Amino acid sequence: MQLSDDWRPSATLDVLKQRAALLQKIRQFFAKHDVLEVDTPILSRFGVSDLHLENLSCQLSNFPQRDFHLQTSPEYAMKRLLAAHGQSIYQLGKVFRDDAVGRHHNPEFTLLEWYRINFSMDQLITEVLELLVLVLGERPVMRLSYQQVFEQYLQINPLQASIIELQKCLSRYPHISDLVARESDRDTLLQLAMSIVIEPLFDKKAITVVHSFPASQAALAELNESDVRVAYRFEVYAGGIELANGYQELTDAKQQQARFDQDNRLRSQHNKPQKPVDFRLVQALESGLPRCAGVALGFDRLFMLAENLDDIRQALPFSITCA
Amino acid sequence: MANYSTNEFKAGLKIMQDGEPCNIVDNEVVKPGKGQAFNRVKIRKLISGKVVEKTFKSGDSVEGADVIDVELSYLYNDGEFWHFMNNETFEQLAADAKAVGDMTKWLVEQDTCTLTLWNGNPIAVTPPNFVELEITETDPGLKGDTAGTGGKPATLSTGAVVRVPLFVQTGEVVKVDTRSGEYVSRVQK
Repeated sequence: MQLSDDWRPSATLDVLKQRAALLQKIRQFFAKHDVLEVDTPILSRFGVSDLHLENLSCQLSNFPQRDFHLQTSPEYAMKRLLAAHGQSIYQLGKVFRDDAVGRHHNPEFTLLEWYRINFSMDQLITEVLELLVLVLGERPVMRLSYQQVFEQYLQINPLQASIIELQKCLSRYPHISDLVARESDRDTLLQLAMSIVIEPLFDKKAITVVHSFPASQAALAELNESDVRVAYRFEVYAGGIELANGYQELTDAKQQQARFDQDNRLRSQHNKPQKPVDFRLVQALESGLPRCAGVALGFDRLFMLAENLDDIRQALPFSITCA
Repeated sequence: MANYSTNEFKAGLKIMQDGEPCNIVDNEVVKPGKGQAFNRVKIRKLISGKVVEKTFKSGDSVEGADVIDVELSYLYNDGEFWHFMNNETFEQLAADAKAVGDMTKWLVEQDTCTLTLWNGNPIAVTPPNFVELEITETDPGLKGDTAGTGGKPATLSTGAVVRVPLFVQTGEVVKVDTRSGEYVSRVQK
C-alpha cells in the first residue's frame, strides 16, 4: 500500500507559531484598550437573515422541535451583552458560512469582532487602522466615502445615477458587460462595480477604508441622520483582500425589526427560505442598546497579509479540504 | 443539454457563451462579506480559440455545451474533408477545414487523433503529441556535422516545415513534437 500524505496539516509549524503569536498580540491590544474578551455561543437558535449569507444548521436531540445554527458572526449575541452590560467587548472565535471555498474563503474561519461603547464610525475606523498598523506595519492609508470611490474610479455618482446610467457606465468593461446587460437591480450593479471593477484597482500596498455605504446596503448600520441616503457602514481592504466590515450600530428596535422583515422579503423574492427573527435581539434593543460601533475582521486573512501567504489554506492548521 | 449552476463551475466544464461552445479555463468566486457573490470566469471559445473573461452572479445557471473528445484514427483527405474512423466500431467522421485548421500538417494516416465534437460535429482536431514524417526536401548538409548548430529548414511530406540538424537528409523520417512544431530525433526506418 502506498503511504498517503493526506493526513498532514495544510500549514507549516513555523506558520502555526506565527499564528499563535498574532492571536496573542491581538489579545494584548484589547487588554491595553480595556476591551473585555467574551465567547458567545457558536451554536444558536437563530440564524442570519441577510440575503447573501447562509448558516450551517443542525438538530439537537434535546430540542427536537427546533433547528440550531452555527453562527456566521457573533453579532446578535454580542449586542445582547452590550445592551445588558454597556461594556466594550471583543470576541476572537470560529464562525461558519455555507459558501464558496477558495483562496480567501474557508467555510469555517476565525473572526475578530469587537464593539466599542460610545464610539462613532470614524473613531472605530481609527482604532481598526491602529490595529492594522500594529500587525502589518506602517502602510499608506486611503480613507474614502463610497461616493468618492465611485467618482474616482468610475466617474459616476452611485447615490444619484439612474439604473440606466449605471448600466451604461459599467458596460464599458468587457468582462462584466454581458451581466450588466441582463441585470437591473441597483444594489447588484453597485456590488458588481465594487467587487469586480473597483476593488482590484485599490493600491495593494495601502490600507483602503471605504465608508458611508448606500442606505440600501446598510445591513445593521445606523443611517446618517444628516444624509439618509447613506449609512454609517465601512469596509477595509488591504493587499487585494476584503478584511473588515463595520458599523456605527443601529440601536432602534423598530428599525431593527423592519430590517429583519426586509431581509425576509428579499429572501422570498429570491426563492430562499425566510429566517425566524431573533426576537431576543429585538428585545435587547427595546431595552436599550448604548450608542456604539462594531466591526468584524477576518483573522485568517489578516494573518495571510501579515505573513505574505496567498492561499488561506496555508494559514490554517487544516483547511476544509483536509478537515 | 443540461444547465450548470455557477456552483458547478470548474476548469474543464463546457458551457455555451455567445452562441459558441466554450471551455472553462479558470473560475474564481468573489464573495464579499456582505452582498452578492460573483464568479469571475476565464473561458476559451472552442471554435474561435479566443480566451475571454466573463462574470456571473453566483447561483445563476448557464447552458451547458454538448462537447466531447473522441479518439479516432486518421484515414485520408478527399480534398474537402478529412476522414477519421473509430477503430472499434468502424464508424467514420469527416472534419472540415475549419475544424482541422493548421493541424492538417501533422495528420499522418493511421495515427490516433483527438476530435472535439460539439453536438456530434467535429470542431477541433488535435494530433498526437509526436508524429513521424518523411523529409521531402532539405538542403544537403555538411557531412560530420552534429546537432545543435542551428540547423536548417526541412519540408515534410505533409507540407510542414521544421528546423532539423544539418546532418539530416531528404528521404529520412523524423520525429516531431506537434505542440511546439520542433524536431525531436531521426527515426530508423
